Amino acid sequence: MKLTVDGRAFDVDVEPEMPLLWVLRDELDIKGVKYGCGIAACGACTVHIDGVAVRSCQTAVGDVDGPVTTINGLGQPDALHAVQAAWVEHQVAQCGYCQSGQIMQAADLLAAIPDPTDTDIDDYMSGNLCRCGTYPRIRAAIKTAAKTLQEG
Amino acid sequence: MSRIGKIARRTFLIGSAAVVGGVAFGYYMYKRDPHNPLLNDLGPDQAALTPYVKIDETGITLITPRADKGQGAYSVQAALLAEELDVRLDQIRVDPGVPHPAYYNTALSHEAVPFLPTDDGMVAETARGVADAVMKFIGMQITGGSTTVPDGYEKLRMAGAVARETLKRVVHDQTGIHMTRLRTQDGMVITPDGTEYPYTTLAAQAAQTDLVTSVELRDPSQWRILGKPMQRIDTVAKSTGTQTYGIDVELDGILHAAVKINPHLGGALDGFDDAAARTMRGVIDVLPVTGGVAVVADNTWRAFQAVDAVECQWGQSPLPATMDGHWTAIEAAFVEEKRDSTNRDLGDCDAALATGDALQATYRAPYLVHAPLEPVNATVLVGDGRVDVWTGTQIPRFVQNNVAKIAGVEPDQVHVHVLMMGGSFGHRLEDDVVRQAAEIAVAHRGRPIKLTYTREEDVTHDYPRPLAMARAQGQISDGGIKTVDLQISSPSVMGSQLGRQGFPAAGPDAQIVAGAWEQPFAIENYRVRGYKPDLATPISSWRSVGASQNAFFHESFFDELCHAAGVDPVAERLRLCDHDDSRQVIQAAAEMANWGADLGPNRAQGFAFCMSFGVPVAEVVQISQTDQGIKLDAVFVAADVGKVLDPVNFENLVQGGVLWGLGHAIMGETTYTDGAMDQNNFDSFESLRLYQTPQISVLGLELGARVRGIGEPPVPPAAPALANAIFALTGQRLREMPFQKFVDFA
Ligand code: FES
Ligand code: FES
Repeated sequence: MKLTVDGRAFDVDVEPEMPLLWVLRDELDIKGVKYGCGIAACGACTVHIDGVAVRSCQTAVGDVDGPVTTINGLGQPDALHAVQAAWVEHQVAQCGYCQSGQIMQAADLLAAIPDPTDTDIDDYMSGNLCRCGTYPRIRAAIKTAAKTLQEG
Repeated sequence: MSRIGKIARRTFLIGSAAVVGGVAFGYYMYKRDPHNPLLNDLGPDQAALTPYVKIDETGITLITPRADKGQGAYSVQAALLAEELDVRLDQIRVDPGVPHPAYYNTALSHEAVPFLPTDDGMVAETARGVADAVMKFIGMQITGGSTTVPDGYEKLRMAGAVARETLKRVVHDQTGIHMTRLRTQDGMVITPDGTEYPYTTLAAQAAQTDLVTSVELRDPSQWRILGKPMQRIDTVAKSTGTQTYGIDVELDGILHAAVKINPHLGGALDGFDDAAARTMRGVIDVLPVTGGVAVVADNTWRAFQAVDAVECQWGQSPLPATMDGHWTAIEAAFVEEKRDSTNRDLGDCDAALATGDALQATYRAPYLVHAPLEPVNATVLVGDGRVDVWTGTQIPRFVQNNVAKIAGVEPDQVHVHVLMMGGSFGHRLEDDVVRQAAEIAVAHRGRPIKLTYTREEDVTHDYPRPLAMARAQGQISDGGIKTVDLQISSPSVMGSQLGRQGFPAAGPDAQIVAGAWEQPFAIENYRVRGYKPDLATPISSWRSVGASQNAFFHESFFDELCHAAGVDPVAERLRLCDHDDSRQVIQAAAEMANWGADLGPNRAQGFAFCMSFGVPVAEVVQISQTDQGIKLDAVFVAADVGKVLDPVNFENLVQGGVLWGLGHAIMGETTYTDGAMDQNNFDSFESLRLYQTPQISVLGLELGARVRGIGEPPVPPAAPALANAIFALTGQRLREMPFQKFVDFA
C-alpha cells in the first residue's frame, strides 16, 4: 500500500482497515500524531489529507486517497508554520498532548476561513479536547496566526 | 573517588541546610540524609556541585526529581536554578534523574498535618517537621499537591548560588583575583579584564575546591528571569509534535502490549479463551497479568484488536451493585464511631443549634476520573541484572521498588526513566500499568515491552475522586452568619492510595475535610467534622483532592446563609475573614468583577473563596440565560502565591484550573454498576469544550511570605462560584454535581 506522508513516499504492508493513526505511529515512527480516544471524540490524532483535517484514528489506511500531512510535516522547530509560531508566542501548551491535533485543526480552519469570527473558531475547534484547559490561549493564538497569514 | 566522596558529604549538608532553615534542623538530626545518588554516574572529570545541578564539559544539567505533568515544572525549576547560577534558561538541560531517597519532597507532607496553613506558630511548624521526617523515612518522591514550586524555591536557588560562588573560587584560585571582583554571566566567570571562563571548563577543578557555603540569595528586585514572562523550555517541542511522551518511546526490538482488566473492580479472572486472538495477525503472545489478560503484538493497534478478541470469564466485584448502595455507605458513616476528625471547633455549635432554628442542607459530589489525554502507558525492558522502565510517573521511587519485586532484582538495578506526561491530574500517582508491563516484560526478557492502555481501559481502571456528602447546619442572627456546622463523609484517599503501595495509613485523613476546615473565617460557632465510611472503591487524588468537593459544600452553604440573612456574600466574607492576605484576595476578585454592579437582565454572578494548599483563591463567575441554556460569560480570579515566578504560565495554569473546576461541575460524573464503570471514553465521559469557555481574567497577588504552587488551588472555588451564580440567576439552589442533571447549559 502506497502512502505519501509529509512529502515522503512510503510503501506499507498492513491490513487496509488499520487506522491511519497507528500506521503513522507504529509503522512509520511519526510520533507527533497522538492517540487520545480512538473514537473521533478528542481530536488528538488530527492530520490533513489533501489539506483537510481528519481524525486519523477513524480513517482506515486503505481509504487514504491523498497526501497526508502531520504536525511533523507542517513545520519544524527551526522553520515554524505560522500557526505553530502563534502557539509558541502565546505559550499555549500545558501538557501539550492535545496540541498537535489542535494545531492541525486550526491550520485547516485558517485555510478555509482566513479571518474567522469567534463563532467560526468555536464551531471548528470544539471537536478538539484539551483536558488541561488551554482554550483561552488557543483562541488567542488562532487570531494571531490569522493575522500573520493574512499579512504574509 | 575519595575527593568526590568528600564533596558529596559537603554538598549534602548544604543542600539540607538550604532546605530547612531553623525548623528543619530538628528533623535533620532525627533522620540523616541518604547518600547522594548523583555520584554513581559521575566520570572522573565531572563534579557534582549540589544534588540539583551537574556541570561537566558538555554543559549544565538540572537534575530534577520533580516530574512534569504538563504544568511547566521543568521550566520553573530551571529558572530557579538559572537565576542564581547566572546562566541563560536555554543553557540548562533538564534530566529527571534517577529515583532516590535523597530527592524527598518536604512540601507535600505539609498537607498531611492538621494545622491551618495560615498558622506559622511553633507547634504547627514542629508538626510539619515531624511529617517531613516521616515523608523522608519512606522516601516519598512524589510530584503532587502543587508542591513543586514551594519545594524547590529555596533549594534550587541555593544550589545555583553555591555552585556559582564555588566556580568563582576556582577562578580566584587560578588567577589570584579577589572573588568580589569576579562577575558571572551566561554560564561564565568573567575577570575584570574581560577574560571569560566558561563554567564547563571549570567543572573538574571545582570538584577539588572547597565549597563556598556562605551565600546570600538575591533579593527578588534583582531577578533577571524569575517573575518575568519567560518562554517555557518545552513550548517549541510541544508546538511541533517533537516532544517525546511516555507513549512515544521507541526502542530496538520493541513489542507492543495491550491489556483487558476485569471491568468489575476487584473481581478475579476466572478463565479466558485466547484461541481467536492467537490467530490474529501480528500477535506474539497472550498471557494473564494481574487483574486480567495481556496480548503482545508487533503493533499497538493489533494488540488492541487481539485483546478485544480474548474471551474472559470475570469474577464479581465486591462493590455495591448500584450507586444507591454507594451512597448508602456514605450516609451510614455520619455516626460517632466513624468520625475521623474535628479539625475546626469554634464556639459551641451544639448549644447554638439546640434552639432549633437551623437552616439545613445536604450536598453531594460524584466520583470523577482524571482522564488525562495521554492514556497511561509504560515500557519495560528486563535485561541481565538490569531492568529499564520508561514511563511518565509521579512516583518513580514506588515504581522502582515495585518493578524490582516483580523482576526479582534489587531496586538499584531498576532504572526508571521519567518521561514527559500528557497530563495526570493525579492519575500518574498510580502505577498498575507499570507493574503489568513489568510482568509482561519478565515473560519476554531482552525485548522492550510497551504497554499502552486503550482509552477505555485508562478510564474504567482509573482511580477516581471519591464520592462525598456533606450535611450542613447553620444559623443567622443580626443580619449575619452565626453558626456553620459541616459534617463531611467521604472515604480516605490517602488510605486507598498508600494502601495500594503497602503503607497502611494510620490516623485521620485531613483530605476528607480539606478545603472546608481550614478556611480563614471567624464564625461564632464553627465546626467541621470528617467521617470515614466503609466503602472499598479504590480511589485516588484528583486535582486539588478533598478541596475539590469540600469547597463546593462550604462555599455553597455560606452563600445560602448569606441569602437567608439578606447580606452580601462578599461583604459577609470580609466581615468574618481573619486572615489579611485572604481578605485582600477576596477584595481583589470582587473589584475585578465589579461585584455588585447591575449586570442587566438575564445575567448574574456568583462568588466563592477557598484556601487550599496554603493559597487563598477567590473567584467570581458571571453567567447569562440564553435560549440554549445557561452560558458561562466571564470568570475573575484572584490568588495569592507569595511570588508569581512565571506570569504567563501562572495565567495559563489558573485558567486551566478554573476550566477544570467548571467543566467537571457542569458535566463530570463517574458511576458504577456492579462495580464496573458506566463511562469509558470521551463520548460517555463528557469534558468541557472550547465553545463553552468563558473569558477568564487572572490576578496573581504577592502577599504571603511563602511561595506556593498554583496547579490545584484555582479548582476548588470554581464549582461553588458557578452554583452561587446559578442561584442568583434562577433562584434554584444546586446542591449536587454535576449541574447539568438539573439545569441546561448552552
Ligand atoms: S484519537 Fe482520534 S479523535 Fe481521539
Ligand atoms: S495541553 Fe494538555 S490536553 Fe491540551
